[in-house]
Amino acid sequence: MPLYLNDDQQMLHDSAAEFMKGEAPVAHLREFRDKQCKDGFSHALWKQFAEMGFTGIMIGEDEGGLGLGHIEAGVVLEEIGRNLTPSPFLTTAVAGVEALNAGGKALRDKYFPGILAGETVLGLAIDEGAKHRPDQIGMAATREGNGFKLDGKKQFVVQGGSADMLIVAARTSGAAGDDKGLTLFAVDANAAGVSRDSARLVDSAMAAHVQFDGVTVDADAVIGEVDDGDTVLRRLLNAGRAGAAAETLGVGAGSMDITVDYIKGRSQFGELIGSFQALQHRISHLYSEMEIARAAVLKAQQMLDEGSSKADLMVSVAKAKAGKATSLSVKEGVQMHGGVGMTDEYDIGLYMKRDRALQEFMGDVNYHTNLVAEMHGY
Amino acid sequence: MSDLETFRAETAAWLEANCPPEMREPMTGEEDAVWGGRNATFKPGQKEWLDIMAAKGWTVPDWPKEYGGGGLSRAEAKILGQEMARLKCRSPLSSFGIWMLGPALLHFGTEAQKKHFLPPIARGEIRWCQGYSEPGSGSDLASLQTSAVDKGDHFLINGQKIWTSYADKADWIFCLTRTDKNEKHKGISFMLFDMTSEGVSTKPIVLISGQSAFCETFFDDVKVPKEYGEGVSSVVYEVNKGWDVAKYLLGHERSMISGGGSEGATSLGAKFADQVGRDEMGRLDDPMLRAQMAEMDIEVLAFRAMAERFGDTFKAGLCHPAQPNMMKYAGTEINKRRHELIMSAGGSEVLEWESDATNGGMTARSWLRTKANSIEGGTSEVMLNVISKQILRLPGA
Repeated sequence: MPLYLNDDQQMLHDSAAEFMKGEAPVAHLREFRDKQCKDGFSHALWKQFAEMGFTGIMIGEDEGGLGLGHIEAGVVLEEIGRNLTPSPFLTTAVAGVEALNAGGKALRDKYFPGILAGETVLGLAIDEGAKHRPDQIGMAATREGNGFKLDGKKQFVVQGGSADMLIVAARTSGAAGDDKGLTLFAVDANAAGVSRDSARLVDSAMAAHVQFDGVTVDADAVIGEVDDGDTVLRRLLNAGRAGAAAETLGVGAGSMDITVDYIKGRSQFGELIGSFQALQHRISHLYSEMEIARAAVLKAQQMLDEGSSKADLMVSVAKAKAGKATSLSVKEGVQMHGGVGMTDEYDIGLYMKRDRALQEFMGDVNYHTNLVAEMHGY
Repeated sequence: MSDLETFRAETAAWLEANCPPEMREPMTGEEDAVWGGRNATFKPGQKEWLDIMAAKGWTVPDWPKEYGGGGLSRAEAKILGQEMARLKCRSPLSSFGIWMLGPALLHFGTEAQKKHFLPPIARGEIRWCQGYSEPGSGSDLASLQTSAVDKGDHFLINGQKIWTSYADKADWIFCLTRTDKNEKHKGISFMLFDMTSEGVSTKPIVLISGQSAFCETFFDDVKVPKEYGEGVSSVVYEVNKGWDVAKYLLGHERSMISGGGSEGATSLGAKFADQVGRDEMGRLDDPMLRAQMAEMDIEVLAFRAMAERFGDTFKAGLCHPAQPNMMKYAGTEINKRRHELIMSAGGSEVLEWESDATNGGMTARSWLRTKANSIEGGTSEVMLNVISKQILRLPGA
């Protein structure tokens, strides 16, 4: 398969680009930030996502979705990134759906209709500390009667405050650090014993600390197999990481574009600053980094869609490379904007903030660099 | 089985049966490459491998059969490359004729020129060098001064070229000359002539690596015939339009040089961990070096994805014409950093310049050689200028 978008994917790209730019440009983020929206995103927009078919991209055709893959999800995510569109798309329609795709039909029947309609929001309760360490999950799920009792804390549950269901990774056996013994659960966010404490993040998204105090769930809340949650978690993480890489790429590309436009129009010392070689070389280097990141992200998505055994490696490469390139893009962006780059009025700072949040989502550059070393056996 | 699957199976079987065992051993240095030419010398297996591949047209698998190629489709040529890599078959022929002149002739040459020049390139009979750079012109290639004066039935060439790779070993040269002094870009011609012509001399340039791939080349009243037989002009395309050919060829050259970044398919950390040492967790026991190597793995894997994407979009006509400049920039910079790490991993053991243990200082010499990557074929700074102007459309000349 060639490493560029085919005609159908290009059409999806065009409609996603038009949609985000028209319905949810950066001004939309500002509006919801400034009115201190408690959910951090527009439910009406989420419905529009559904009308566009976006929420069903990764849901099978026989279940009412489009039956598409990671490349198509990435096409939408890149435009979300480019416009800094706030939405639960990545956590719900990409990572959440991918986890449910690995589970039983009953759970899919329960949640997919709401997702397809743009009514249901999922939260991902994975991280337990400030840094992403899924191999260190310690939250307990003990057997009780027909089901399980959950106790513990999760954090950085993005849009967890407005979620209808939380996908919770917990231990049914073993201890933190063990390879086996994880189980994933679909937990009603309003169940007794669940308490959620949301905070606004630097990029204006809302993320929750979630406390589970003796939350009881039935056996049918298990996604996949008991003690073998690793299989489902891996799918969830791969989808989330590749998706986050695609959104990050959009942030970096958007940031680069506005910076190029800015230096083409801003004069100093009687000349357009874009004519200065000191800036030209740096932004051309940035262009090159973004192109490399773009290829890495597309390759990772393609390998996931093909079910390649080496997809994990390329997903980490993509998350790390997109993170590095986009961090460079937002830093150079603020610097090249000069003083106005520090003002809230200009958009470049918003790109810097979204990049920072995406960096921490599902593993930062260092985390994935370490994973690459481990996967290569050193 | 689909046609391509059949082709893959048959190709693998043929390579397995025909590639000499010596040609499936990893190369130990530059001297293991086969360059062909009139004065070629061969190690065991090399000539046999070259001849049998040339007979199938597989030294240039995607060239048309009538010019000595294999007539393979792009997909088939890709499969051939993959199967050769899988079975560790060496490339039968390294050749500027294949990498640079051939594509330019296929694009700009007349039918007579193609028929005359291409088959000997495919068979490795004529070794070509490139006469581009001149002292003082550097990356401002179009400022070249070597003159070609029209003398009726021939051109009279005077001037000097520099950085002519392997000029001392080449049989023929493809050379940029000035045919109009009053024009810069529109006064250049692309000429082909024999290096044994009277008035041509070469002198190797010793580099910081202690080796010498490059030469200075001097032309002192060299007579270049206008035709080598009927219809076989010594000028490719038209007189004074050589810059078009040069630009096309530079695109190929830049993509090729950039390939350095993709050479490192194997993880540096995986390769060096045992040599450097491992801790009780099995990790490379120099944490900073481990981190740098993992970062390099990411750079290399990401660059390989870009090389694949570049190839795919280039073939489909979807990439910007200046993309090869970006490939060249990114690939050469990565390659330089890779070799810094390889030196670092080798420690004091790779410093020995002339001992057998280091195969004559091969690691160190390769490291020093890579420093030229971001200079030859247009410096990194020139590549960045091209990206700025042609892709990002930034202001200024």
